[in-house]
Amino acid sequence: MTGRLDLSRPLMVAVVALLAVMIVLPMGWLVVYAFSDKAGHPTLANFVTLFTDPAFVDPLVTTLIIAFSTSAICCAIAAPLGWLVARTDMPLARTFRVLVMASLVTPPFVGAIAWEMLAAPNSGLLNQVWRMLTGMPPDESLFDIYTLTGLIFVIACYTFPYVFILVANALDRMPGELEDASSMLGAGTWATARRITIPLALPTLAAGALIAFLQALNIFGSPAILAIPAGFNTLTTKIWSLFAFPPKPELAAASALPLLVLTVALLRAQSMVLGKRGYAVLGGKYGAPRVVRLGGLRLPAAVLAMFILSLPLFLPYAALLNTAFSPVSSQFVTPDTFTLRNVIFTFRELSSTLPAMQNTFVLATLSATVGAVLALLIAYVVARQAIRGWRVLDFLATAPLAIPGIVLGVGLFLAYTRPPLTLYGTLWILLIAFVTIELPAAYQQIRSAFHSVHPELEEAGRMLGATRLRTLWDITGPLLRASAVATWCFVFVGVIRELSAAVILFTSETKVVAVLIFDLKESGDVGAIAVLSLTIVVITTIVIAGANRLRVGRDSVRLRTVS
Amino acid sequence: MRRRSLLKTAALLPAFAPLGARVVSAMPAAEAMTPALIEAARKEGKVSYYTAMDLSVAEPMAKAFEAKFPGIKVAVERSGAERVFSRVAQEMASKIYRADVVNSSDAAHFIAWKREGWLAPYLPDDVAKDVPSEMVDPDGLFYNQRTHLSTIAYNTKLVAPADAPKGFMDLLDPKYVGKMVKGHPGYSGTIMTATQQLSRELGWSYFEKLAKQKVLQVQSATEPPKRIEAGERAIAVDGSDYLFWLAKERGSPIEVVLAVEGTPQISNPMGVFKTAPNPNAARLMVSWIMSAEGQQFIVDLSGQYPANKRVKQKVGRPALSSIKTLREEASVVADKADQIKAQYSKYFKV
Repeated sequence: MTGRLDLSRPLMVAVVALLAVMIVLPMGWLVVYAFSDKAGHPTLANFVTLFTDPAFVDPLVTTLIIAFSTSAICCAIAAPLGWLVARTDMPLARTFRVLVMASLVTPPFVGAIAWEMLAAPNSGLLNQVWRMLTGMPPDESLFDIYTLTGLIFVIACYTFPYVFILVANALDRMPGELEDASSMLGAGTWATARRITIPLALPTLAAGALIAFLQALNIFGSPAILAIPAGFNTLTTKIWSLFAFPPKPELAAASALPLLVLTVALLRAQSMVLGKRGYAVLGGKYGAPRVVRLGGLRLPAAVLAMFILSLPLFLPYAALLNTAFSPVSSQFVTPDTFTLRNVIFTFRELSSTLPAMQNTFVLATLSATVGAVLALLIAYVVARQAIRGWRVLDFLATAPLAIPGIVLGVGLFLAYTRPPLTLYGTLWILLIAFVTIELPAAYQQIRSAFHSVHPELEEAGRMLGATRLRTLWDITGPLLRASAVATWCFVFVGVIRELSAAVILFTSETKVVAVLIFDLKESGDVGAIAVLSLTIVVITTIVIAGANRLRVGRDSVRLRTVS
Repeated sequence: MRRRSLLKTAALLPAFAPLGARVVSAMPAAEAMTPALIEAARKEGKVSYYTAMDLSVAEPMAKAFEAKFPGIKVAVERSGAERVFSRVAQEMASKIYRADVVNSSDAAHFIAWKREGWLAPYLPDDVAKDVPSEMVDPDGLFYNQRTHLSTIAYNTKLVAPADAPKGFMDLLDPKYVGKMVKGHPGYSGTIMTATQQLSRELGWSYFEKLAKQKVLQVQSATEPPKRIEAGERAIAVDGSDYLFWLAKERGSPIEVVLAVEGTPQISNPMGVFKTAPNPNAARLMVSWIMSAEGQQFIVDLSGQYPANKRVKQKVGRPALSSIKTLREEASVVADKADQIKAQYSKYFKV
């Protein structure tokens, strides 16, 4: 047994090499560019421009406002909702979870376009309804989506699910015994929540706040759709505009570096906070979570939850459906105006539809598989500190969070339009981009699952003579299978949602649906956008539902193994 | 150029004027759509068409071509002309040769592409016979495919005709604050061309004042027509005229305004790339689009102004000759596009 070859070391070396190709090389080029002038001579001029020219300072400030506001809003909404769903007898809690996942399937730029249909000041459906109900004059509006507030609202709509899922999952995993103990010692429901549940959930909430912050910092699609009509830029839209002809990659690279520094600082702060708290809550035992009885508050709680869901889900999809079958997006569909024109146009006339669909789903499947495996390996190495230099791996797997997709796109573009790896123009470069972008979220998700699996289980396996890889396969793997499937879905959906790197890296033959939708948006073809969006959401939902059946099936295996 | 600006028709399309010291032009021999060309094109089986034309016209035109020549699939790569220009530059720099036929609403792009040596000489016989020579590059590298205008327009439900603007200066009236939508010269070739013409005629101070009117900024010249039709804004500062007309013709409450100061005119040159992966299909497509049949298709579908003399413009649209249009200066746009974009962004913030 002990003589058997342990493959884990060469595998880890391969992982490190792959990460270098994905991250170090493109980022290296970015840094070189940030400190270069047009002719390639070293300079600091790009940073002088960045911090003095209002054309850059304003977007920087705007972006920070958006990131802070989004993070705060997401936590304020996701934490109570997560608790309601995971820990109370609120009706429809299961449905709510499924629907939050569904809202996550919505690409944020599609959400932004749908909210344009709903809340554009004049033609927005909600404003029209309000005008009909109250007789508000034509030039006034209840909602104006083309504002900073509107943009923050839309970004928060499609960021809070991340925080919600993290919080709800953490509350699920938290053993009931601690809370039972608290109750037995005489603490009331609320005191237990305050003393036990909240402190245990806090690290997760902090992680959620961070993810929301970074998502909002790096998001490109929603600002590109809402900020430009409103007449302002965020850092990402500004960076993007620097790639219009003639491209200014030096300035773009310089604009990205402060984001990188800020993110590294935040991630370090987070790991310091988490480092102080040991919270491996799953040893060999598994306790059922407690349920808090809401009593008379059950119904109001469910209504509140459904209202919040209407913002990222019900209302936008109603608007998309309306537009898909309406001759003009601002008109309500009636039996008289119902038309299949947009559907026919999208599938019969628009020549990019089918190639883009194919590219998208091929890339999503590949990225999800590669991403989940990679995240699992890295999370394992880091959680068990299996090799020297695991800190480097941890950093590399988290670093892409700090890189706006659009900047990663440029880095990859700079790195792979030249020999020896000329990948631009192929799907490979998009695969690298998508895996890199999704890796941090995938990794964080699996890592937090690892935190909950106590190493003593693996140590037992190792003591009995199994190799590290074998232990990973036989013991840790099954325990994490649900997380791995969830991560696969996460990445799959992430790729469908991804626009910012794709918008730089696509060529006409490697166009994905997100880019096609963006192209259509720029020419105002909202009918086709609605049809395309609904189609990819339906296909994605089917894929996720399939994967989740797998997950449920394996879950029962897991429970049997453990108990 | 100075000499030409005296002649109105010739001056409309300066992109086609000889450049710099070039004296001798090398017009290639005209070629017909021979069965051999069709057969060779069919063997290639596909063609990619990079264009800024609205999809509602470009895709049906592609389908009509596919129907006429079964076995050849057209991939329409549509974006704003300035975006198409960036994409082409990016692909060419990376030696990705995908573009077969290129077509832009910013005639300056053909000056740049000609300078780069990216265009292949090819002269369809219909172009030699029926397209006015001032619309044809002297080296046979490109020719105007069609002409359109960038007009003001408004939604008659939101603005009474009596209150409607008569021209560009009227748009500075405080009563139009927050009521306008316009396209972006960093995206759209139509808007880029129009911006150069209007800044020349009215001065940049015009745009500085216009930017203070709380204008909804969209990208494509094809979007303002859709926005005023949806009632999101009452007035379009600019936009492709044929889309305003099409909306009006299908019963939407849209009225086109031909500005008293003059209306920006936009030519849409087309050519074949030297690096075209499907050179025969590319030539066939260009030949067909420039033929009376292809031109008639564009006119029937959209009412844009044809380049081919044998095709009459659409009935019900104002005659191009009756419209006071502004002079096109593609060579100025070619030199000053970056300045124009920067100046525009300074006022409009995006």
